[in-house]
Parts: sequence; structure tokens; C-alpha cells
Amino acid sequence: MNIQTRIANNGVNVKALLEAREALTEAPEAARFQWRARCDWVNGTHSHARVERFFGLGEEQQHKQCFAYDCDHPELFAAEDKGATPVEYLLVGLAGCLTAGIASVAQNRNIQLRSVQATLEGDMDLQGILGIDTDVRNGFDNISVVFDIDADASEDEIKALVAQSQKRSAVFDALANPTHIQVQAR
Amino acid sequence: MNSRPSSGGTRTVATVVIGAGQAGLTCSYYLRLLGVDHVVLERGDVGSSWRHQRWDSMHLLTPNGLNTLPGMDGPGSDPNGFMHKDVFARKLLDYSMSIKAPVLTQTEVLQVSAMSRNGGQRFRIDTRQGTWLCRSLIIASGAFNQPRVPVFAKTLPDSIQQVSALEYRNPARLAEGPVLVVGASATGLQLANEIRDSGREVSLAVGEHVRLPRRYRGRDIFEWMDRYGILSRTLEEADDINRVRNLPSPQLIGGVQDLDLNVLTDKGIQLHGRLMGCQQGKLQFSGSLNNVCELADLKMRRLLKIIDEGIDSANLDAPPSAPIAATQVPARPELLKSASEFRTLVWATGFKPDYSWLQLPVLDAKGRLKHREGVVDWPGVYVMGLPYMRQHKSSFICGVAQDARAVVAHLVGEMSEPVSRSAAGIRCLSLTL
Repeated sequence: MNIQTRIANNGVNVKALLEAREALTEAPEAARFQWRARCDWVNGTHSHARVERFFGLGEEQQHKQCFAYDCDHPELFAAEDKGATPVEYLLVGLAGCLTAGIASVAQNRNIQLRSVQATLEGDMDLQGILGIDTDVRNGFDNISVVFDIDADASEDEIKALVAQSQKRSAVFDALANPTHIQVQAR
Repeated sequence: MNSRPSSGGTRTVATVVIGAGQAGLTCSYYLRLLGVDHVVLERGDVGSSWRHQRWDSMHLLTPNGLNTLPGMDGPGSDPNGFMHKDVFARKLLDYSMSIKAPVLTQTEVLQVSAMSRNGGQRFRIDTRQGTWLCRSLIIASGAFNQPRVPVFAKTLPDSIQQVSALEYRNPARLAEGPVLVVGASATGLQLANEIRDSGREVSLAVGEHVRLPRRYRGRDIFEWMDRYGILSRTLEEADDINRVRNLPSPQLIGGVQDLDLNVLTDKGIQLHGRLMGCQQGKLQFSGSLNNVCELADLKMRRLLKIIDEGIDSANLDAPPSAPIAATQVPARPELLKSASEFRTLVWATGFKPDYSWLQLPVLDAKGRLKHREGVVDWPGVYVMGLPYMRQHKSSFICGVAQDARAVVAHLVGEMSEPVSRSAAGIRCLSLTL
């Protein structure tokens, strides 16, 4: 097999991404995006969230369909468990972001992926959210992500995919670094 | 030094070179060779930045064998040694005299502006010592004139004394008490190292960085990088021009010892992630320390592999080095630390050029000079010494000669052709030297 001429196909349109990058370098205002979600309380700790619209490239945009998510808590929290726990959505977001990054970087580096599986664990001490110990933070005190990747690449090349996907990940950045948040009632 | 008779404070010359460091002097060498009438304007003395804007202990990162300029004496008896910065500044002064560079010292440039073509002159250069009119201009004032400090520096409490790497001289000048060094380039690691040696508690905030061993398989790492064309990589070979132009300097010190994060950890320096901000007196560090260390280790291994392949295919006698340990990252580096825990914060977060005197529309939205391989987007203006300007080694002393040749060749070609050229068209005339 001639390695030099092999073309990987991970289903990522890298050419379009690189063209978008070039276009947004020329027009930085079009690169300002806004992501949105709406959420309605249902009952108890159960809520129903939807994402449909967002803003980018200078105008309103829309997903091909409205995506809906139920948020709740497990029964041991005396809840009805009608959906994933909100913190689990954070793990889902991180997994989706890093996995998309791995596929894109692999495509750009001409590495054929056969399987990519992420296992995520977020550690949390409930003494924080229950207000038992004010020295314990509410959120995760650690998140671990383990990728099992089967690809036509060396061990270091696979490690480099994982490292590069973190470097360019929006959710990794949002979790690893502080973010200004305004929450208000109107 | 040369000086010219003043004619009512306004003098005329074909080319003005701004800055008498290695880049400006080498341009002067080639300008003289090609018979271009020019002056070199220097705000202080020859090699000013080396003398006055670097910390006391600094030695060049590259070995002596890589620090010669065209027309300069060879590296001397110790090509593998590392010069102290003041020794190099002294060499530059000797060089300026031996090549008879027309340097005007203590001649700070205050403003450069374009003028409507007036007898062929295109630029007006106002200095503290009168005005120059010229047809072409080489900006060789350096890429490291000002510290690059994040905006939140202003929000830090007054209890913490902030010092930039340009102001820092030695540990003795710092207040007693714990020090946070921000930045993991050569500068950040060297400063953290010597401040720790002074007995102070030191923490280091580590963002993206470049790790290199000082020596590999019996030779200096730069010797291999030079030999296998890594230092001569061109812009076409770079995957992303912005990325390579903004890389921090590699974690090295001019000397025989290795300096990496593991060395600092063993000395008791605390590692943190990149410093992201300060809220209510708490310094916030990124949780990305693991990844930036992994990225740097992987990149270092890729580079060493290229060197290994080169050694193998040339069948060189270079015994393998001991394996290099992966960077040891603390299990749970602290993410929040009260700013009051530190007495001093040293910003080693990089530098930027100062173009405040340049009254030409040649800067992009981020204040960077718009140029292609040193040919600025304004006919007759050139720049030297920027990171990855034409090739990897453009900001290294060993890269000055090739860049200066190309820039001067373009300048001469452009001046001999009175019609205005397209700013983008680069025609590097081959010099027959």
C-alpha cells in the first residue's frame, strides 16, 4: 500500500472548513456567533430544553430541526429521572466537541479513523451543592476523558489528534477557563 | 561613529535603516556592498536592546557557531559556547566599525511619514537629531520592544508588584516574598529558575510552549535543526503562518544545562495552567496544563524524529541520547489562588514591536506590520527581524544574513525602477556577491 497517496475519508469536509476559516479571517465580524437554548420548567426538577435558532455569519440561522432535551435528576435525588442530569449534558457537550475535533483534525492530517469512543467521568463532591462545606466547589473538581481510537496512525499521531482537538475545543475552553455569566430575571 | 554635516537640520539619503542591532548592521553591510547611500539611525548605542532591555544573566540561546554575521570574524575558539548578551553587544559594536556602518547613535526616530514625491524622496524621518528625507526605509528596530501583557493586568490588586521581562534585571531587585512568573518560554523558565535559586517561593503559569532539549545525540539541538533544514523552513512549508509567527521561544538556556518544566518542578517550583484572569482578588488559572504539556512533548518528539531520520540516512556517528522524560504535570494544580499570596508577578508573556512612530497605513487590525517576506505593503518600506519573517530562523542571529540579502536585493531592484511596483509582487533579484 502506498501510504503517501492514501486519502482518508472521515466524512469531514475539511476543504469547506479551511475556506470558511479564510473567509472569516477577511471578515472578522461574520465570525461573531451566538448560540442559544430555551428551557421550560415542567415539574419538580424536570425541565424541557430546546435548541433551534442561532446567530452567525451576520444573520439569524436555524438548525434543520428543533432539538429537544429533558433534564432531570436521578431517583436517589428524590426526582423522577425524566432526563439526564444537567452536569451530564456538560460531559455530553465536551465529548461531542472533542470527538468532532478529532474527526476534523484526522481528516486534515489524512488519518483514516475506524472507531473513536470517548469515556467521560466528572467527579463532584455533593457537599458543595448541598451547602454542607463551603470550601467544596459546586461544580466538577475533575473531569477525565479517555479516548479509545482505532485509526491508521502511530500512537503519537493519535495522541496528537487528541491534544490538538483539546487545543481547538470550545467546550474544553468553556470548562477549563473562567467565563463571564449574567443570569437575571425579567 | 559617522556623522554628516547638517544642512538646516534636513538631510537627504537614498536609504534609511532604523536600528543598529544585528539586522540593521547586516543590511548596512549589503547596502554598502551594492553602493547604496544610506544611514543607520539608532536610538541609543549599537546593540542597545541587548545592553539595556534584557536581564543581567542572559546568554544567547544559540551557540557561538551560529552567531556570525557576513563580514564578521568567525565564532572563535569556542563554537559550542554561549555568549553573554553584553559580549554579543560588544561584538556588534566592533562589527559596525569593521564594516564602516554609517551609524548615527543617540538618534531616536520620532516619526516616519510619507511625502508626495519630491525629487524622488518618498519618506520623511524626524529624529531627535534632525530630519532625513529618503527613498527607501528598512525597519530593523526589532520585534521585542514592548512587553505583551494581558488586559486584565490592570485589575490585579496593588499589593502585587508587576514587572515585565523587559524591566526585570535580577532577583535581588525584586521584593522579598513569593513570585508568580507568567509564561513558559525561554524567558519565563530562565527567570523562574534564577528567582527560585535566590531562595524565593516561585510559581509558574504555563500556557502553550515549545520544549526542546539543549543537547541531543551529542550535539546542540540548534546544530541539528540547522543541519536538517528545520531552521531554514520557509513560509510555504509552515502549516499556519500566524501560528508559527507567534510561537514562544523554546525552553532553553544559553549553557550546557537542560531547562524544562521537570527541572523546575524538581527545584520546588509550582506549576499552574495559563493565567486567565483575576476576579475578586483571586488569580484564575486554566485547567489545560495537561494538554499544553502533552502538545509540547509530542511536538518535541516529532522534531527529534526528524533529526533521528536525518542521522540514520546520513549514517552519522551520533550515539542515541537517553530517553527524555515526559513532562510531569502535578495531579491537581491549583486553579484559584489569592493574588495576595504573591508579592511579585513577572510577565514573561511575550513581546511586540513598537511602531508608534510609523505614520503609514501599514498595520493590520492587530497592530502587526503588513508585509510579505519583509517587503512591507508600501513601496520602498522593508522590515527585518520579525519571527518567521521569511523563514524559521528570521528572528535568529543566524537568519539575519539571508534575510538582509533578500531585502536589500529587493530594495535595490525597486529603487532602480522608478515605476511603482505591485506591493505583492516579490522579485528577489539574485545578488552576485
